Amino acid sequence: MSTAPSTGNTAVDTDRTALLRELRRHLPEQSILQEPEDMRPYECDGLSAYRELPLLVLMPETVAQVQAALRICSQMRVAVIARGAGTGLSGGALPRSDSVLLSLARFNRIVEIDPLNRYARVQPGVRNLAISEASAAYNLYYAPDPSSQIACSIGGNVAENSGGVHCLKYGLTVHNILELTVVTMEGDILTIGGLAPDSPGYDLLALMTGSEGMLGVIVEVCVKLLPKPERAQVMLAAFDSVDKAGAAVAGIIAAGIIPAGLEMMDNPAIRAAEDFVHAGYPVDALAILLCELDGTNEEVSEQILQVRQLLEQFGATEVRTSRDEQERQRFWHGRKAAFPAVGRISPDYYCMDGTIPRRELSHVLTRMTELSEQFNLPIANVFHAGDGNLHPLILYDANRPGELERTEELGGKILELCVQVGGTITGEHGVGVEKIDHMCVQFQAAELSQFHAVKAAFDPLGLLNPGKAVPTLTRCAEFGAMHVHHGQLAFPDIERF
Amino acid sequence: MYITANWHFPTSNDSRTRIHDIPIIEFIRLHYARDPMSTDDTDESKMLQDRIMAAASSGTALRIIGGDSKAFYGRAASGEPLPISGHRGVVSYEPTELVLTARAGTPLDEIETLLGQHKQMLPFEPPHFGDKATLGGAVACGLSGPRRPFCGSTRDFVLGVKILNGKGEILQFGGQVMKNVAGYDVSRLMCGALGSLGVLLEISIKVLPVPVREVTLSQDMSAPEAIAAMSAWSAKPLPLSALCHDGQRLHIRLSGASSAVSATRARLGGEEHGESAAFWSDLREHRLDFFAADSPLWRIAVAPNTPELKLPGKWILDWGGAQRWLRTSVSDEAIHKAALQAGGHASIFRGGNRGGEVFQTPAPSIMALHQRLKDAFDPLRLLNPGRLYADL
Repeated sequence: MSTAPSTGNTAVDTDRTALLRELRRHLPEQSILQEPEDMRPYECDGLSAYRELPLLVLMPETVAQVQAALRICSQMRVAVIARGAGTGLSGGALPRSDSVLLSLARFNRIVEIDPLNRYARVQPGVRNLAISEASAAYNLYYAPDPSSQIACSIGGNVAENSGGVHCLKYGLTVHNILELTVVTMEGDILTIGGLAPDSPGYDLLALMTGSEGMLGVIVEVCVKLLPKPERAQVMLAAFDSVDKAGAAVAGIIAAGIIPAGLEMMDNPAIRAAEDFVHAGYPVDALAILLCELDGTNEEVSEQILQVRQLLEQFGATEVRTSRDEQERQRFWHGRKAAFPAVGRISPDYYCMDGTIPRRELSHVLTRMTELSEQFNLPIANVFHAGDGNLHPLILYDANRPGELERTEELGGKILELCVQVGGTITGEHGVGVEKIDHMCVQFQAAELSQFHAVKAAFDPLGLLNPGKAVPTLTRCAEFGAMHVHHGQLAFPDIERF
Repeated sequence: MYITANWHFPTSNDSRTRIHDIPIIEFIRLHYARDPMSTDDTDESKMLQDRIMAAASSGTALRIIGGDSKAFYGRAASGEPLPISGHRGVVSYEPTELVLTARAGTPLDEIETLLGQHKQMLPFEPPHFGDKATLGGAVACGLSGPRRPFCGSTRDFVLGVKILNGKGEILQFGGQVMKNVAGYDVSRLMCGALGSLGVLLEISIKVLPVPVREVTLSQDMSAPEAIAAMSAWSAKPLPLSALCHDGQRLHIRLSGASSAVSATRARLGGEEHGESAAFWSDLREHRLDFFAADSPLWRIAVAPNTPELKLPGKWILDWGGAQRWLRTSVSDEAIHKAALQAGGHASIFRGGNRGGEVFQTPAPSIMALHQRLKDAFDPLRLLNPGRLYADL
């Protein structure tokens, strides 16, 4: 899957020399990496199956340097790929051999915390968790908590519209940011959104969020801070079928309760997690639910009783409630360690990210089991059950010839299944390079053209993160044709072109 | 009138054995029955598409009209009327999925009644400003009610849209699931765009359960004291759902589990309102005496803890201080200047000169981006031209 960097291309080399000469006039030497061994750490993001060395890596330290770099690249028609912490799972920050990789890692300062207006102004390279840690002094926190929160940066979170286990109640990144400072490909600064609600004009803040570095480069973010709930407690319920666990999720929501987190794991995921971190999970259960309730002391006490009753009513074989913070952390530890836990039992795994309407869970899991058998690749499931976001983990061994290709094909089938039942190909990981072909399944030609028109309104030369997130119609035609050729077109009624 | 929701869910009275007899994940099916009155659920998207195609070939501007309840809002509109109130009906509603999809012409009243039957609500409390208000109009205007600072705004709850762009193409963005990051967030871009980027055809909205209990308290307080109190309380984990200072008194709404509301009520003190719900709906619908005056009504948005703006007139501070209503005779320029200095923005919500700009004009670079986005969706500039800004 990896592509060797292009070398010895005279045209590119000439451009590169001229580009370097211009860049050196505005950026210090230590902000420019050009040797392959220095650029190696940047050849991929969290989707490490895809790798490529960039033309150059730039690590600016000031907004003025970012502006200068973008202005120069724009003038010289060199594409730019912005990168945060590089934890993205869809290859959104995958370099190209003809493009500059712009790392925002040095923008790592928390500029300001205003406890009474409840926001933090931070630079894009600040880690997600660092915002909550810095706000803790005021008993405030930043709500979205992707599993990678210890490492991922807020700029990347905005670019991907990251979620997390608490977004059923507290929303995604788009619901928790107030203002962005963005540098355009031409090097101009835009202030988008603001500390006052409902900025006049179009909701450009929403448009920028989740735009995968295609519309502008984020150089500052104002995030909303929320008061830390007085109390949080998590319940662990075991079930002897996935269906019953799914029904319990619907039952909790039908009862008018919005848990802070509502997560499901299936048996393979439970076993892997338990082997790894000994969270005390019931390894014989076919599914477990983790249901976190937060709020005032009284509210949590009241809802715990209600949820326990509901879980039992829906057939839970066992219900445990965390007695203290330590036990709460332990219950969550297994879930949060699920990915590395699966990594221990399989040489490689491929993490999917479809979202489905929850009522389709049973059908989707059954179909996934069939596909798993058909492709002879095991699947473990962790599931943000509250909001329908599935993370099937396909276990494979990249050293076995053809297995990665088979895995990707199985992954594609799962995404098509998600679209077929009314869901989406990506809930929180983004499209990047990974799911670009599957955008052709989810969107029709006119919709993709509309996306391209939006892109052109921000970046008329198409130099920001080219080739990511939104496929060209030609690419879709080829993708469709390829599938027809193999006789594997799953849903002939979906419009293709 | 239009819908019977036929859904079964095990209640606490259902015995465990019965659970196995019913489908494990419940479908909620909606059955539509035609009514002889004019409120039939109809899909007029084809007709609307034809209208846009015709307008495109003749170069005729169109003025999109839902329930016409918010005609006062934005700049004076021109163009041939394009009524969408006939394009109506709830397409799907699944209470356990917390999602409702309806055609844009569906009356808000109808949607809220249906949600109420399932103890759910539109959490952003959209103002109706009349009984004809539609979902499409609410989303196009992007206005939110008193719950907004604690729950989220209209755009926060929009999950997906089907639109007609200015080329007459029917396009679908987002979806019916809460997490969806495939493609740019065009759905939320439509929110507050006043129809200038597309005609909304269908909207999927996230809904939430109605809180078990709501109580409204009030305390006598000056505006500066109220700003300080609202900011301090909002930074604490309290079950707040609205905070408004009406010039004399601070009104506090608590929502949530019964025990949580009781405990917080004891903690904050103050008198309990006799008609708690009425104050908030009167505030939302601009039925309070404050709103009855003749002078232009200004809306000033600022960060919530911003001190009082030095502008003479009568004030209401809603949204914990972030949305401020002003009745004044001060010049437009002075108001825009004061709002900008406070880091916020001002708009003439009602009255005043609707031929000039009514919304604060963004920075030139942002305005240029607006022009390019308008061209991306509506290159012939057919849809509600001039409603948001004179040149848009």
